[in-house]
Amino acid sequence: MARALVNIPPKAKRGEVITIRTLMSHQMETGFRYSTTGAPIPRDIITTFIATYNGEEIFRAELFPAIAANPFITFTTVATESGTIELTWRGDNGFAASEQATITVE
Amino acid sequence: MPSTCKPSNLTSRRDALRLMGAATAGYALTIVRVTPLAATPADMRTAIEKITGGAKVSAGRVHLEIPPLVENGNTVPCAVTVDSPMTAADHVRAIHIVTEKNPQPNVISCRLGPRAGRATVSTRMRLSDTQTVVAIAEMSNGSFWSGSVNIIITLGACLEDLI
Repeated sequence: MARALVNIPPKAKRGEVITIRTLMSHQMETGFRYSTTGAPIPRDIITTFIATYNGEEIFRAELFPAIAANPFITFTTVATESGTIELTWRGDNGFAASEQATITVE
Repeated sequence: MPSTCKPSNLTSRRDALRLMGAATAGYALTIVRVTPLAATPADMRTAIEKITGGAKVSAGRVHLEIPPLVENGNTVPCAVTVDSPMTAADHVRAIHIVTEKNPQPNVISCRLGPRAGRATVSTRMRLSDTQTVVAIAEMSNGSFWSGSVNIIITLGACLEDLI
């Protein structure tokens, strides 16, 4: 199954801007390629990435076939309170994966 | 519309030229539609218009960081930074990346808000050819800003070995 690498600082000061780095293992088949027999290889990509902070959406990205394999996305957020950050990936052929991390805000 | 085509309705030579121009534009559009191998700059313009809804895009405030010479088009690191205070009153609502010659112009569309703290997004993308990449930022006041970079690719994506 899908493996994700997520880098979220476990501790932060209140109001600090933290950087969240995410990497999801996925081949991101573009749908523009052909197999050796000449048959087109159907598209199979991650289409949506959503990040929530204590249930509130903080970041959302719509991905297209031009995103490289194993989509790597980096974004920032303000550490407002202690809680969980949840990352969700959704894609073609019913692909769904999510990852959680807790953050302590002092 | 037969009435506009009647010569009597063409009041001046300018009108006649305008009609001809419209006809040519329509013809050119059909030519673009039958060559979907690679997106053309016209396709990129259409994609940008779709993003902005026809609003004016000003150059500036958006910085696109991509190495100018890329060996492998399959993974091209890129970072977009927008000059914005990111407050509730003045922040970046969305960041989009579009390309000129990829089979499909769109690369990524990100939605963010004042909670992002900084208007910075980075990812890795595929580029099929040497081309211009454009980043567009949508501000909270509804204005659009863009930044572009010309990138040289030695080995394009989509050309790798077949499975």
